[in-house]
Amino acid sequence: MRNIWTIAKREYNAYYNSPLAYVVMLILFGIIGIIFALNLVSVTSNAFFAQALDPTMVAGPLLFMLLFCTPALTMRLISEESRTGTLELLLTAPLRDWELVTGKWLGAFLFLLTILAMTLVFPIMINGMTDPGIDLQQTASSYFGMILVIAAFLGIGVGVSAMFTNQFAAFFTTLGILVLMWFLIGAPANLLPAGSEVFSYLDMNSHFFRGFNSGNVNLTDIIYYLSITALGLFTGNIAVDYRRWK
Amino acid sequence: MIQVNALTKDYGDRRALDNITFDANQGEIVGFLGPNGAGKTTTMRILTGYMPPTSGEATVAGYNVVEESLDVRKRVGYLPETVPLYNDMTALDYLKFMGELRRLPDVEDRAYETLEMVNLDERAYSFIGTFSKGMRQRVGLAQALLHRPEVIILDEPTIGLDPAQVVEIRNVIREIGKDRTVLFSTHILSEAQQICDRVLIINKGVIVAEDTPENLHSRVLGAERIRLRVRGDADGLDGTVKNVKGTRKVKSNKVDAVEFEFSAGEDVRPQVAKAVVKAGYQLIEMSPVGASLEDIFLELTDDKSTGKGSGGK
Repeated sequence: MRNIWTIAKREYNAYYNSPLAYVVMLILFGIIGIIFALNLVSVTSNAFFAQALDPTMVAGPLLFMLLFCTPALTMRLISEESRTGTLELLLTAPLRDWELVTGKWLGAFLFLLTILAMTLVFPIMINGMTDPGIDLQQTASSYFGMILVIAAFLGIGVGVSAMFTNQFAAFFTTLGILVLMWFLIGAPANLLPAGSEVFSYLDMNSHFFRGFNSGNVNLTDIIYYLSITALGLFTGNIAVDYRRWK
Repeated sequence: MIQVNALTKDYGDRRALDNITFDANQGEIVGFLGPNGAGKTTTMRILTGYMPPTSGEATVAGYNVVEESLDVRKRVGYLPETVPLYNDMTALDYLKFMGELRRLPDVEDRAYETLEMVNLDERAYSFIGTFSKGMRQRVGLAQALLHRPEVIILDEPTIGLDPAQVVEIRNVIREIGKDRTVLFSTHILSEAQQICDRVLIINKGVIVAEDTPENLHSRVLGAERIRLRVRGDADGLDGTVKNVKGTRKVKSNKVDAVEFEFSAGEDVRPQVAKAVVKAGYQLIEMSPVGASLEDIFLELTDDKSTGKGSGGK
């Protein structure tokens, strides 16, 4: 555990030394801020605005943008170490491959959790504007779900980053997988007469919006996101191990 | 401390290491010489637990490099050929990070002391991204020495350094090699001669010689090579030198100089000088030519008596 924490701490600090992290923060907050402001303007012209302001409104745009920002944050995690030669340093230090991969993931996870924590300002503002305030249970459930989605996104990103030396290859592959899992994989469920359960179960999007964001915390949804995270980390571990043997 | 037995490594169809066997004892500095692609880095990577061999066995500090890789990695300090550094960290933070991974006590003090060893303590708080190549090399070396390992493996540690820095690094290696095992690779024969107790020469994945630098030098050459230079035209100079009894392998540069050899113990320099002056040339220089790594390679690979991995031990 200590090695994971050492790697995670370095990774977390490294984000703050990189312009990319600030660009990601700026884009996320800029766009969410604009959407929040537009929402506010549109509902204030409505007599029933107090009921229309939704504390979970952050989730949709935030996760949509994370589809693009996550690959940017994870693309360098292991591929960059491979390109600069520091991977050789880490792989000859007394550190297990899975500790390295998990530490990298944890560093990125803590960074996105920091950003997620900052978005709490929006539900807090809505709480102040409405009476009797926001639905705390639904807001907590939505944020809990977002934490799990972020964990899964990053798991995929770290796994892919371990496969490539080229960062752009890692970026586009992660983006492709995330778009597939978020938007496309659930589509056949509505078209196919048989096997629709499989596709709807694989749909990353519906586990969040039908579950957590509606205030329903289901064990199935939790297991789904944790499984994706574990699968990503496992793939990353195999990819790092493969580098040793090839 | 290091024992390598019949180690072979294949990259796909290409054999990078072919059945090599050697050892290195405690307190011994072993130089690993060879041209690019000879298999030096591959051997070092196997010994540091970075990659497994295709066949054969290696133990470092008593631990098998494949089965007890973590134990090996705890006891080895390694400086890879591409110095692995994080440009966004200060030298001190970088060493602290490595020290934490190695679970060292008093990691900050240890990191600072190690920076002192490589004369970088004044730049402890500077970002590595701002360092010169020589300074980067020294941070890399500090990382390899940080945990005071029993075995230190350095892949071309002096490459890219200026002469003063090379001397500094060689002194550090000599100092740490007093009670530890050091295996380091180099292209420079004189470097190996200066600091190594023993030299391994590897070519195309095979150890072609293993001996002390002195023995290797005399065994390979068995002769002295002299460079003779004259003022003005050197036409026919090689012929004049060839005519002196005891000279051999006479080679002209077709401008103003000739190189020749004579057997050790049969110094023909006075006779050569006399003959050259008598023939009307203005002799301005006669100096010994040091054997280059290339010369030694050519000799070793041409010499049928030097079998694969036979060594001189």
